[in-house]
Amino acid sequence: MKIILSAIAISLFVTGCATAAMQTDTGKMLVARLEEDFSSKGPATMERMLNQDEVQKACSAYPLDMPDEQMEALQASQLKTVKYPADGNYLGVWKEGEKIAQNGRGMQSSDQVKGTNGGNCYACHQLAKEEISFGNIGPSLYRYGKLKGDGEAVVKYTWAKIYNSQAFTACSNMPRFGHSEILTEKQIKDVMALLFDKNSPVNQ
Amino acid sequence: MRLIASIFAALITMIPLQGFAGNSSTDEIAKYRQLLADGNPAELWEMRGEELWKKKIGPQSVSLEQCDLGKGPGVVKGAYVELPRYFKDVNKVMDLEQRLIHCRITLQKLTPEQAAAVPFGSTGNPSDIEALVAYITAASRGMKIAVSTTHPKEQAAYELGKRFFFYRAGAHDFACATCHSKDKQRIRLQELPNLLNRTDAQNTYSTWPAYRVSQGEVRSMQHRLSDCMRQQRFPEPRYASDTITALIMFMAKNAEGGVYDAPALKR
Repeated sequence: MKIILSAIAISLFVTGCATAAMQTDTGKMLVARLEEDFSSKGPATMERMLNQDEVQKACSAYPLDMPDEQMEALQASQLKTVKYPADGNYLGVWKEGEKIAQNGRGMQSSDQVKGTNGGNCYACHQLAKEEISFGNIGPSLYRYGKLKGDGEAVVKYTWAKIYNSQAFTACSNMPRFGHSEILTEKQIKDVMALLFDKNSPVNQ
Repeated sequence: MRLIASIFAALITMIPLQGFAGNSSTDEIAKYRQLLADGNPAELWEMRGEELWKKKIGPQSVSLEQCDLGKGPGVVKGAYVELPRYFKDVNKVMDLEQRLIHCRITLQKLTPEQAAAVPFGSTGNPSDIEALVAYITAASRGMKIAVSTTHPKEQAAYELGKRFFFYRAGAHDFACATCHSKDKQRIRLQELPNLLNRTDAQNTYSTWPAYRVSQGEVRSMQHRLSDCMRQQRFPEPRYASDTITALIMFMAKNAEGGVYDAPALKR
């Protein structure tokens, strides 16, 4: 009995190793293939495709089932990257924020290098009620400020969430707008105003 | 031929374009399809593709009629639903477009540059490849998608494609899976197929290539996936690359058993 059990244990162990090794091999093969098959164009560079950071690496390896401890560790280390506005002002101009939320351009191979990027918020979120063309990958943000208030904690949290979504939900689908330098500090302030300003259409 | 073209042209001008920005773009497309009934401008590409398949070109004046798409030289019927597949003569897995280029080089003696010239057409600059793809895929209409992963290289291509599907990178941290691994998701109003869900995968894979109303061209799977890469903020894939073939292999396997129904008609 004991022999059978250890035989099973060994075979499981060997299978496990084989699978893990195969995965690593496929991973290495993939990077080698990508290097050969793709080339930088516009702002979409090979560097950003091939040199995955800790979040991209971990979320690629565990697309569905990352262990809890690893998720928590990722979130903690990503939270450290958040830069809050130096002047202490979190809210810009909501009208500018609305433009940024509508704009889906930026960082595509077809876009200008160093052009002005959009946030493309409506691709995934409901915001102003008037805009009926919104996606559903992210939660509705309609009445965000009205529902959440404008206390320091929620304002700082929201800033950090836009700056680096991975700080709160490891492997979130949302881009890290500040950390990945998609939006500038000023643009994030404008998007914040779209969410929190009492006059913003989001809060009507 | 010219008559058919003008009927299509007339039908297309009848459709106000803003119709596509309605509450559900999918409904509008359904109406458009109904209006065209059993006609689709892609038929013009299919006809041109058949002519090109039989046309003798190149320094030795040879047609593509002896091209082996996997079911033996010259067999077009049912070839596409079994692609991508392993080809012994090149010892690798190829998708339809890679194989076509291969035949244009080996049979018709075109240079690699000539063989892969104009992969994607535009107004005044039609693509022979898109026409050939339309002709070949149409010959699988009504048949079940049945790609094989029994050869180790087919299995490896599938695994590579799967790995790539989940590979997050670039400025926006996107993978294919970001938009295509959950049911009923949308970008704005555009519905996104969940390519891990068999029904969605079948409905999607069985309807490419397609005549795209917004572009006025028949677009191949290579074209579709190149455009995904752009939206994913990835760099540009080389035309007919092995990475894209691996991704097609992953998608085709997920769509196994679906009834092939293309070239289709899309927005």
